[in-house]
Amino acid sequence: MSQPVQLPPARYEHGGDEFIFVEIAEEMSMEANIKATLITQELESRQMSGLVDICPSNASYLVRFDPDVIPPADLMALLKDLEGRFQEVPEGFTLQTRVVDVPVLYNDPWTHEAMMRFRDRHQDPESTDLEYGARTNGFDSVEAFIEHLAGNPWIVTMLGFVPGLPFCYQLEPRERQVQVPKYVRPRTFTPERAFGIGGAFSVVYPVQGAGGYQLYGMSATPVLNVRQDHPDFAHSIVFPGAGDILRYRSVDRTEFDDTRREVEAGTFRYRQHDVEFSPAAFLDDPQGVNDRLLEVLYR
Amino acid sequence: MSAQVRVVSGGLSTTVQDLGRTGRYAIGMPPSGAMDQYSFRVANLLVGNPEGAAALEATYIGPSLEFTDDRLVAVTGGDAAVTLNGEPIPMWSSTQVRSGDVLAFGMITSGARPYIAVSGGIAVPEYLGSRSTYTLIGLGGHEGRTLADGDVLPLGDGSTGEAGAVVPDELVPQFPSDIDVRAVVGLCSYRLTEAALESFLSTPWRITKDADRVGYRLRGGTLDFVEREQPFGAGSDPANVVDLGYPLGSIQVPGGDEPIVLLGDAVTGGGYVTIATVISVDRDLFGQAKTGDTIRFRDVGIDEALAARADRNRRLDRIRSALA
Repeated sequence: MSQPVQLPPARYEHGGDEFIFVEIAEEMSMEANIKATLITQELESRQMSGLVDICPSNASYLVRFDPDVIPPADLMALLKDLEGRFQEVPEGFTLQTRVVDVPVLYNDPWTHEAMMRFRDRHQDPESTDLEYGARTNGFDSVEAFIEHLAGNPWIVTMLGFVPGLPFCYQLEPRERQVQVPKYVRPRTFTPERAFGIGGAFSVVYPVQGAGGYQLYGMSATPVLNVRQDHPDFAHSIVFPGAGDILRYRSVDRTEFDDTRREVEAGTFRYRQHDVEFSPAAFLDDPQGVNDRLLEVLYR
Repeated sequence: MSAQVRVVSGGLSTTVQDLGRTGRYAIGMPPSGAMDQYSFRVANLLVGNPEGAAALEATYIGPSLEFTDDRLVAVTGGDAAVTLNGEPIPMWSSTQVRSGDVLAFGMITSGARPYIAVSGGIAVPEYLGSRSTYTLIGLGGHEGRTLADGDVLPLGDGSTGEAGAVVPDELVPQFPSDIDVRAVVGLCSYRLTEAALESFLSTPWRITKDADRVGYRLRGGTLDFVEREQPFGAGSDPANVVDLGYPLGSIQVPGGDEPIVLLGDAVTGGGYVTIATVISVDRDLFGQAKTGDTIRFRDVGIDEALAARADRNRRLDRIRSALA
């Protein structure tokens, strides 16, 4: 087994009188995310009145509460107590989750056009976002870079920014993780369903709007369905959930267009399977776990 | 035919709002709701509605509304010349309207957002437990958007309250264009140098034209970050952190030169350094702040934030008993 990674103590901050922000770690890691998951799951299970929102984030979490019901000092004490109980990932801890196939047209014409409109806000206006990402991450070609992004799946470590936007962390050992900066100044336009990366996180933008991540492609399928008229959205207006494992599979234009037609017709269903994900097993043998996840997804 | 109000003119940016769509921050859904919750609640109290009934929030230029039955109306919030069939009517009080009457607004003279409550409330369907409009995604309220000329809004069953209810003068808020805002410093403020944090608190920040229900962008100074090797996953800019949740009212500083205060329709998370959070009571001040106004932040502790909240609750209690 790999050594359990020790995390520094969390940092507790008041976000005004209604929020407490808890930073588990300044840098992203699977361990920090799991710790945030464990604490927020435990908090959720208590069903405390006066707790308004419990938001697990990448390496932190955020709680909104009504201070007229729960005194902030009491909540702060409870959160610190919970941290003490989750110093390490419990023996045998697994995440009951699902692995999902997300068809993406990489290097698509729409995000390409959006990207070209904002070259003046980019680190390297002479390159495209894909060329820049490939070069700064040591890939020989844009194709090899895309192959990497589309290869191993990503785990959803946070939802937010706007409803349904999944922040995803690739299931890769640290040395194989890609990183890119966010735009120097955020764009004012990003197409709906754009797939991009900022820092170590990939996202799919649920709707058209502002955005600061590098743009690499477009998902054929929605992550947000306000009218809930797609079968995969019957229970929630957002499709991804924290802990979901998404594979951003590279598809060609024909499959992309076919899938778009199915989505428009309301007949599309995500290819997905329930899985048990063991963070400890992943940290021990990343590629082995990934191979099994993909096997389950496509069998 | 069920009761309704006709929108003769939508005004500059008028939306249906209530107290907000709370409890869904974890999927990235901001609460929306009235930007100035005090003025909003008082408008409902004046017409005998539950405090959370849906009402209209106007921005800068109010709408014109034609009524189709007898109702009580009340206008609170940002000061404007309000007329009924061309005759001035007072704000912060309830007025009887009849079928065919037209409520209209002149230019705003102070504050930014008038609230218009109608007895019975605006009866648009609830979306995820709230009637608030969230225009960024296009959900809630009336078709998820700002009101347009010719829209027709359904009304709930009207109350039998009496016209002429008035809010005592000392409980009517003032909306100066020079605003002191209390904020709790923290979150990722460690990313700023000590001088930058001091400068943040001593700078009179001016509200830019990028000021809407999502947030207010401010200008007036430059804040330096502490140099560091960026942590894994954050991105290379010194203003970047590993993406995290943004509290409502939190102040982020992308680039260090343009603080953004996040409000009702906030983005719920992201990767920019956040350095402080406006206390809940003072979020109302942003609801009545406008482009060109000046903001000064004052660092307060959690106890002072709670005292301000208790004080606001007492003021609302006094209005409740005055209008009961």
